[in-house]
Amino acid sequence: MKTRRLDNYGKINRDKILSFSWDKKNYKGFEGDTLASALLANNIGIVGRSFKYHRPRGIFSSGVEESGALVTIGSKDRRDPNVRATTQELYNGLEASGQNAFPNVNFDLAGINNYLGRFFAAGFYYKTFMGIPPLEWGKGTAIWMFFEKFIRKAAGMGSASRLPDPDTYEHAHDFCDLIVVGSGPAGVAAAIEAAEKKLDVILVEQDSLVGGDQLAENNFDNSQIKNQLENLGIKIMTRTTAFGLYDNCVVGLLERVTDHISAPNVNIPRQRFWTIRAKHIIVGAGAIERHIAFNNNDIPGVMTVNASKHYLNRYGVLTGKRIAIATNNDSVYETAQQLSEAGANVTVLDSRTNFEIETNKSFEIRKGYVPYNINGSKKIHSLDVSKSEDINKSETINCDQVLLSGGWSPAVHLLSHRGVRPKWDYSNACFLPSDSKENITMVGSSRGLWNKNDCIASGIAGTTDALNRLGISKTNYFFPKPGGWKNPIQPLYEVKYKKSRSKSFVDYQHDVTTDDVRLAHREGFISVEHLKRYTTLGMANDQGKMGNIIGLSLMAELLNKEIPEVGTTVFRPPYTPVSIGALSGRNVGKHFRPLRVTPMHQWNIDHGAKMIEVGLYQRPWYYPKENETLSDSYIREASTVRKTVGICDITSLGKIAIQGPDSSEFLNRIYSNGFSKLQVGKARYGIMLRDDGIVMDDGTSWRLAENEYFMTTSTGEAAKVMSWLEELLQTRWTNLNVNVTSVSEQWAGVSIAGPKSREVLNNCVDDSLVVTNNNLPFMGVTSTFLKGNIPCRIARISFSGELAFEVYVKSDFANTMMDLLWENAKKYDGCLYGLEALGALRVEKGHVTAAELDGRVTIDDAGLSKMASTKKSYIGSAMRKRGVLKNNDREILVGFFPTNLKETFNAGTIVCEKNNIKGQGIGRITSVTYSPELGHWIGLGFVKGGLDKWKDTNLVGADPVRNKQMNLKVVSPHMIDPNGERMYA
Amino acid sequence: MIRINCPYCGERDHSEFSYGGDATINYPSLDASEKEWTEAIFFRKNIKGFQFETWHHSNGCRMWLVVERSTVTHEIKSVKPCHPNLQKVVENNK
Ligand SMILES: [Zn+2]
Repeated sequence: MKTRRLDNYGKINRDKILSFSWDKKNYKGFEGDTLASALLANNIGIVGRSFKYHRPRGIFSSGVEESGALVTIGSKDRRDPNVRATTQELYNGLEASGQNAFPNVNFDLAGINNYLGRFFAAGFYYKTFMGIPPLEWGKGTAIWMFFEKFIRKAAGMGSASRLPDPDTYEHAHDFCDLIVVGSGPAGVAAAIEAAEKKLDVILVEQDSLVGGDQLAENNFDNSQIKNQLENLGIKIMTRTTAFGLYDNCVVGLLERVTDHISAPNVNIPRQRFWTIRAKHIIVGAGAIERHIAFNNNDIPGVMTVNASKHYLNRYGVLTGKRIAIATNNDSVYETAQQLSEAGANVTVLDSRTNFEIETNKSFEIRKGYVPYNINGSKKIHSLDVSKSEDINKSETINCDQVLLSGGWSPAVHLLSHRGVRPKWDYSNACFLPSDSKENITMVGSSRGLWNKNDCIASGIAGTTDALNRLGISKTNYFFPKPGGWKNPIQPLYEVKYKKSRSKSFVDYQHDVTTDDVRLAHREGFISVEHLKRYTTLGMANDQGKMGNIIGLSLMAELLNKEIPEVGTTVFRPPYTPVSIGALSGRNVGKHFRPLRVTPMHQWNIDHGAKMIEVGLYQRPWYYPKENETLSDSYIREASTVRKTVGICDITSLGKIAIQGPDSSEFLNRIYSNGFSKLQVGKARYGIMLRDDGIVMDDGTSWRLAENEYFMTTSTGEAAKVMSWLEELLQTRWTNLNVNVTSVSEQWAGVSIAGPKSREVLNNCVDDSLVVTNNNLPFMGVTSTFLKGNIPCRIARISFSGELAFEVYVKSDFANTMMDLLWENAKKYDGCLYGLEALGALRVEKGHVTAAELDGRVTIDDAGLSKMASTKKSYIGSAMRKRGVLKNNDREILVGFFPTNLKETFNAGTIVCEKNNIKGQGIGRITSVTYSPELGHWIGLGFVKGGLDKWKDTNLVGADPVRNKQMNLKVVSPHMIDPNGERMYA
Repeated sequence: MIRINCPYCGERDHSEFSYGGDATINYPSLDASEKEWTEAIFFRKNIKGFQFETWHHSNGCRMWLVVERSTVTHEIKSVKPCHPNLQKVVENNK
């Protein structure tokens, strides 16, 4: 096969030959190539099949706007679909393949779709499957769901690897005074001006090289610019795309760190997701050349004019031999001349009749001619052209390539992310950026400047604007006027084909034709946003970078309006696709969220604990002995606690130090029960309500001294309670002298529970008198020492219903405390118990936790009315009986027994009346456990009207998820020792 | 990304902060009527433009702040501590 590479052109490194594979065949390219340039050099014209019609597609562009050359790179777990061949740098060993075709892009069986085109018009899927009369009454959806998988398979592009991503990604952050997006003449001028004015500058370039469109110039030396920028201390970020602008001059960027390397160092991330916070943003993102819609304008060999210039001068590839260029503007003539100098036979068809252009006359210019049909299917044979005013009366030009330039669209995307709508400019036939109130300035061809000197001037003006806005200078400046061509552009978006049904593409990637736009109009989808969704125009990888304006112009024509009256769709981030891997960075697997462990975590594991995650915390779940299952283990543990003694790690509870002269008053306001009379050396269980009268959390507060309390909260609500207390003190009760400090991490806590707990503790404290019933009565608090001179806080608090103590030591002493307690507990046949046994013990006692206090429950619902003081006002007291909260059919806390005590039930079971098993029933079971004490399963939950209403009624538990039903009865939630004789012992 | 200039910590990303609510509510006394509390808790103006709202620097200095923010543009005009004594400290340190 003959190469298209020219000897004297291009800036590729011909000393470094790279081999790569395309559809399993091996080819050669050079360092500096993109996959697209290497494919073109190897004369590979067809690189993909289109989305709906499976038409052969070639390479349309040389950049991010590419919508034809979407290929799959890599294999197995590194298979990456829909990669633009035009921006993929070549590396040694690169594996690439065409997609959306079987068996391959050259011979694709689904090409038949091309002839079934009428069935694939706009909205086809929706019309066909969302509701076909007479099945449309809700049955369409089912039909759609049945067919969806086949359609998705037929219509998809490349497919992603299903294997775990072996690469790492990372998030990075930076700050600067000025970030410049784009390293073309405007961006570079702006960056240099700013650096000379002592600003800290970051220059971002999506390409591997700085220079922007200058890289397509035959005598451009990129290294000189790079040196100049570096010498000024400008941070240059190449291979980095600014994909989105956000509030407060925050820019989101994707850096492709190793996507161009054949065997990257595994310690380097594949991509980096940057968040850069700047004081000012200058966008010199350039402009994108548009194509023209006419019949068969997608045959491989069609390309933008500027792309062929890039391939010639940067990559040394002459993309055609007999080249027809169709245009409506001046920008193509330099390229035409260069192509003809490089050896191509060039004909320029310019839709304009009256214009003057200077050339070296090495190629033919046909004024007033437009293209209307390409002949060929897998490659171009010839182009039918006609005089503009006499459309479709043809002449035919023999050619192997058609280059198109329908005008240029400034890349206003980034500014559009900030909600700034661009304005239509009639004289340049493009949208221009409007001014932004934020510190964002557009420069260069992204503000519609078509020549280099204007771009450079705009870059300097942009930096002056930045300096003024930052208050550093007050200098007058002006931007050059948009435009810069000698002759005005003549709008040309579509050349209509009268002969037959045409395939005239507006948007290549989604196969949206001019007929689709007209169909959408006929069916009433005339708003731009509807047009977009109905036809999928401007969606997918390229986001309509080339085709959007053509679609708009067609709709404008149909509506008899001007383009600006039709509007423009809003661009949203990202500018080019961003991988999910980069977005998640290192927050994957175990690092998805932080892990919290208690100071005795390892001690627990060493003593056989199986752990469970509760929120962020790892907590001991159960401590199985040999061969014990979870249920064997927790039943043994709970029984042991009731019989002798057990030790449980409760460090995950929230702990707050409350200090200051108004501490008592503060607690009295936030708890529903009275706290003002709590004596020093006593603790109290308390309930906090929200402002709206619903229960927020429960816990205990210990009065350590006149002005000092130690508060515990539930594990789950610890952070919320802390913020709440701070909010009250800093916003509402600013005259209270109270300080709150989170000490959750500073104290390690255990519960030691069971009839032998006092004896165990007695052996562990320095002074055995401190824990006697007299010196430490129920709810008593003492600050004392464990053996070995370890300071500790002990309170006689019971969650299990047994005689029990909570012991806290500074976290550093956690293991010493555990060793000491465990050594002594063993003497009484005690056990270590985990969360499962703790749950069993508290359900038996009817103690509520987060499963019950779910943010919908009032203090009365929870059966804790006696905890609501009538002698004082507190947070939530005004609201706790409001409206529906005082209805007498509220769901009230009760206990549940299965009627047949051998039966079991699960949390989530819906409680129903016997002959009315439906809907939400009359209540629900929130917690269940096997009760070692009672010898059968028990539950906690809620029923409307509570125990009084349903005491002797046979109810049904419905568990549709598990397809289970059982008879059950309502009992008091205090299922054992209702008078608390054990706790007070 | 909204950036909030905490008077204690300096300018930080909004992800360090937790949103509170309307900073202009005068919460009634605890013994006020259900009606007064209902007004204070449930009734809010849907402001287009600048509003005063509370933010908690929860992953920073833990200060509750009054932030004057535009609901249209996210522009922040002022940030000050909620607590009057802390406000004074900030003023004195200016
Ligand atoms: Zn702060």
